[in-house]
Amino acid sequence: MIPAGFEYHRPADLTSAIGILQEHGDEARVVAGGHSLIPMMKLRMAELGHLIDLQDIDAMKGIAVGGDTVTIGAMTTQHELIVHDGLGAALPILREAALQIADPQVRYVGTIGGNVANGDPGNDMPGLMQCLNARFDLTGPDGSRQVAARDFYEAAYFTAREDEEILTAIIIPIPAPGTGSAYIKQKRKIGDYATAAAAVLVGDGTASVAMTNLADTPIWSEAAGAALAAGDIDGCAAAMLGAIDPQEDMRGPVAFKKHVAAVVLRRAIDSALSRRS
Amino acid sequence: MKDEIQTPADRSANLKGMGCSRKRVEDVRFTQGKGNYVDDIKLDGMLVGDFVRSPYAHARVTAIETEAALKVPGVLAVLTAKDLEPLGLHWMPTLAGDKQMVLADGKVLFQGQEVAFVVATDRYAAADGVAAVEVEYEELPVVTDPFRALDPDAPVLREDLAGQTEGAHGPRRHHNHIFTWEVGDKEATEKVLDEADVVAEEMVYYHRTHPMPLETCGCVASMDKVTGKLTLWGTFQAPHAVRTVASLISGIAEHNIRVISPDIGGGFGNKVGVYPGYICSIVASIVTGKPVKWVESRMDNLMSTAFARDYWMNGRIAATKEGKITGLWCHTTADHGGFDACADPTKFPAGFMNICTGSYDIPVAYLAVDGVYTNKAPGGVAYRCSFRVTEAAYFIERMVEVLAIKLGMDAAELRRINFIREDQFPYQSALGWEYDSGNYHAAWDKALTAVGYDALRQEQAQRIADFKAGKTRKLLGIGLTHFTEIVGAGPVKNCDILGLGMFDSCEIRIHPTGSAIARLGTISQGQGHATTFAQIIASEIGIPADDITLEEGDTDTAPYGLGTYGSRSTPVAGAATAMAARKIRAKAQMIAAYLLEVHDGDVEFDVDRFVVKGAPERFKTMKEIAFASYNQAIPGLEPGLEAVSYYDPPNMTYPFGAYICVMEIDVDTGEHKVRKFYALDDCGTRINPMIIEGQVHGGATEGYAIAMGQEIVYDDMGNHKTATLMDFFVPTSWETPHYTTDHTVTPSPHHPIGAKGVGESPNVGSVPCFSNAVHDAFRPFGLVQSHMPHDQWRIWKIADDLGLHG
Ligand SMILES: Cc1cc2nc3c(=O)[nH]c(=O)nc-3n(C[C@H](O)[C@H](O)[C@H](O)COP(=O)(O)OP(=O)(O)OC[C@H]3O[C@@H](n4cnc5c(N)ncnc54)[C@H](O)[C@@H]3O)c2cc1C
Repeated sequence: MIPAGFEYHRPADLTSAIGILQEHGDEARVVAGGHSLIPMMKLRMAELGHLIDLQDIDAMKGIAVGGDTVTIGAMTTQHELIVHDGLGAALPILREAALQIADPQVRYVGTIGGNVANGDPGNDMPGLMQCLNARFDLTGPDGSRQVAARDFYEAAYFTAREDEEILTAIIIPIPAPGTGSAYIKQKRKIGDYATAAAAVLVGDGTASVAMTNLADTPIWSEAAGAALAAGDIDGCAAAMLGAIDPQEDMRGPVAFKKHVAAVVLRRAIDSALSRRS
Repeated sequence: MKDEIQTPADRSANLKGMGCSRKRVEDVRFTQGKGNYVDDIKLDGMLVGDFVRSPYAHARVTAIETEAALKVPGVLAVLTAKDLEPLGLHWMPTLAGDKQMVLADGKVLFQGQEVAFVVATDRYAAADGVAAVEVEYEELPVVTDPFRALDPDAPVLREDLAGQTEGAHGPRRHHNHIFTWEVGDKEATEKVLDEADVVAEEMVYYHRTHPMPLETCGCVASMDKVTGKLTLWGTFQAPHAVRTVASLISGIAEHNIRVISPDIGGGFGNKVGVYPGYICSIVASIVTGKPVKWVESRMDNLMSTAFARDYWMNGRIAATKEGKITGLWCHTTADHGGFDACADPTKFPAGFMNICTGSYDIPVAYLAVDGVYTNKAPGGVAYRCSFRVTEAAYFIERMVEVLAIKLGMDAAELRRINFIREDQFPYQSALGWEYDSGNYHAAWDKALTAVGYDALRQEQAQRIADFKAGKTRKLLGIGLTHFTEIVGAGPVKNCDILGLGMFDSCEIRIHPTGSAIARLGTISQGQGHATTFAQIIASEIGIPADDITLEEGDTDTAPYGLGTYGSRSTPVAGAATAMAARKIRAKAQMIAAYLLEVHDGDVEFDVDRFVVKGAPERFKTMKEIAFASYNQAIPGLEPGLEAVSYYDPPNMTYPFGAYICVMEIDVDTGEHKVRKFYALDDCGTRINPMIIEGQVHGGATEGYAIAMGQEIVYDDMGNHKTATLMDFFVPTSWETPHYTTDHTVTPSPHHPIGAKGVGESPNVGSVPCFSNAVHDAFRPFGLVQSHMPHDQWRIWKIADDLGLHG
């Protein structure tokens, strides 16, 4: 549980951070809260020559609640999502999900940017971002671009982000008034990743459904959303069950996970429907 | 004087003696981060050691390349078996009469086994050195299933034992067989089983788990080449035994070894054994001439130092059709891993598994245990229990439930009609123990009444009806347990570890001004000895507990004792404490009589003083007596006021308890919620009710973890799947149930203060209680037995197998 040696960098702005990434290529990695990266380094599953700490880059922090969208700086901690004044009203599901991530200690330090950039299928935010149809702002040596969360995840730990790009912000459209939402997660204990988790939005003739930790990427199913939008809950569950591909691990065998996925999804749908107005 | 107007009750309260919920004196430093643990020890020039561990469960080690590691800045040495061999230290004896590789000698037998020891200037350099050591392995076939290990064609694990048909505990009948241990009357038991009205048969598996002390194992070895003295600080639950064993293994004279257990952050049996890290640190200190520290990481701990349980208990229980139990048969297959490193008294290779007749009056019984080698980590320690008592309790408490199902009886009633009655104590059990005292019926009735048992059963019946009617997806389980423990090992006539009799000790010195210091052969790991043992002394000799310092753990100062595990501290060292105190009181009586100018027999002890019989205004306080012992020449008496007692207990003590758990179970997700957990403990005389309650909370929480999710898992390749706290379940405050504690008091008749020990009862009793709750929820749907841990997927699987998912 002792990481290999590395150089520590702490740039004060984005350009310098990108410069260091360019200079060291594969050898370098940015660190946000470190609560996914540092355990990997301690296990020596990630050995890096250069660690670039983003915490001094103020431009990557903060939450702005606008009329149609919410913009969240990548370096915003999960704790800040929970305690922010306007965010809970604009995006109650974000707060609901953040409260189910790990434990308070982890949330004080872990960031939303790290959570979505990490590419771990166990992370809760990616599925939620797909459900909400969020977009990610990425900045690299050649400038900035936006990638939709629904296009971002390619495989476990593989994303559309280029090695020399940094995720700077997340832009989330605010759902139409009256939309019901719910994030339900089954886990073994506090501090555990999901056995299965479901993010559900359901409005007037619209719906979006995504699930977490049931494949090597988060699963957003267009067909499941369409079925739910049409009021067909069984069809929604069937579409989602067809899309997921859970693997056996210490949380249980595949049959169990599929069963729980359906139960969790239905509970999230019930809850979202009951919150719709 | 204010003292004189105090009533005896006031004076007694001042003492904070037995029965008082005195606050823990240890907590002042622990809650301020001022404890002094092994890893807090920093010595000049201290080096750090770390292990290269095997990635394979079974492999030949064909080459170890250390050159690259030695080039890593800060790395000073890399020890392998070849370096230890000339010293005869490449293998070490285990506490169970087997031997264990200190560093891989030609092969490895489990994943995580110690292969080489890298010594460096700091932890980071040591870890880099570990990464740079290159080891060549040749994989061998792996066996992780103890039944499969006994197949004729199973891989040979212990080539060092080739041709050895006699082990430490009798004949070995197969190359992976360690011992067979038999107790009881096989023939008579089988006859009863053959002729019984009813026989219930079941395989009860108590899965492999691991004690989880917050602080892992570790040590600092410092060999002073000038004085020739070795000082060894470590997380040792038995410092004196470690000193003797270290002397025997290393050849260093025992007086030149000083073992110190500083503050210990929990032990739970994990810190009883002798580990390669200790030997390697000592050797490294001798080689380098510098102090060497070794502290496990959490993964090291979960992978290599002493696991617990892993018992396959095949049982048969016979009864009349009215439910009177007539016989019990048990065959256990015990998975010991690659080496037999159990920590049991020598004559008990399966510990006190023969307490498996439990709280019941069972006329005949038979137990056989086969120990087996597999490609898993060694250990088999008593995880917060007295030598396999938890396994035994789990076995009998499951068998009684299984019998209740077979008989169609209520399990509470079945227990009641089979309890050993109060008038049967002292009770001779069919498997050879003499239970000292108990009143099981009284405890049971109190427990059932406290939880409203009949109403709970009615609620459960309604729930089942609702479930069948599709109104709910939640089931209600009522878990029952009545356990009897056997603790306080133990009488020297049948209890020893490596030939060291399991007595214990206490030395008390009263200072001239009337305060005192006491030293014991035990060592607290969180149990609160400094608090409770001072209370015993306070009550026995009338010195306030707050005026008594308590010290343990330094073999240069403490009297010899066998340490703390198996709930033995209060039954054995607590008894020694009372006996030493009584020696002091006897001398104090003579001093008082002299000072009061009466005969010895004319004064009597009164709380904190001796008074002249019939003249209560004439007295000498203990303070006055203490001073007199130092400043007066008293004819016939030596100066000073000190005593030491080495206590060899005449018998074990037998704490017991009645636990009841009410659990809600979601059949669709496998999630559960403990709605109520009621724990009635009878540990005899209660020294400190607050500490007892704390022990019950802690032990029941460990029991909850074990029953509901905590497990060491290997795959078929022998890969350890649960080496981090992500997968090895340790409940947080969120998961931990709320407990209701209660008690009855049935003192031990043979213990000087009647105390029985309580630290382990809650682990022993709660595991079957939680498990029985899960089983009980599904009993109406036909469940008879399902193995722990009852984590979500396994509960889901029970429901699925019973067709409850439609
Ligand atoms: C005990 C424990 C339990 C946990 N449980 C959960 C849980 O239940 N659900 C959950 O979702 N998470 C869980 N986590 C993970 C936690 O939420 C992490 O904090 C989060 O996944 C990563 O955020 P971070 O800021 O710590 O990222 P880091 O660990 O610093 O980084 C993670 C990865 O993302 C990259 N990265 C970070 N920021 C950026 C950026 N701005 N641009 C580009 N790349 C970036 C890093 O290079 C690294 O590869 C748990 C963690 C722990 C230790």
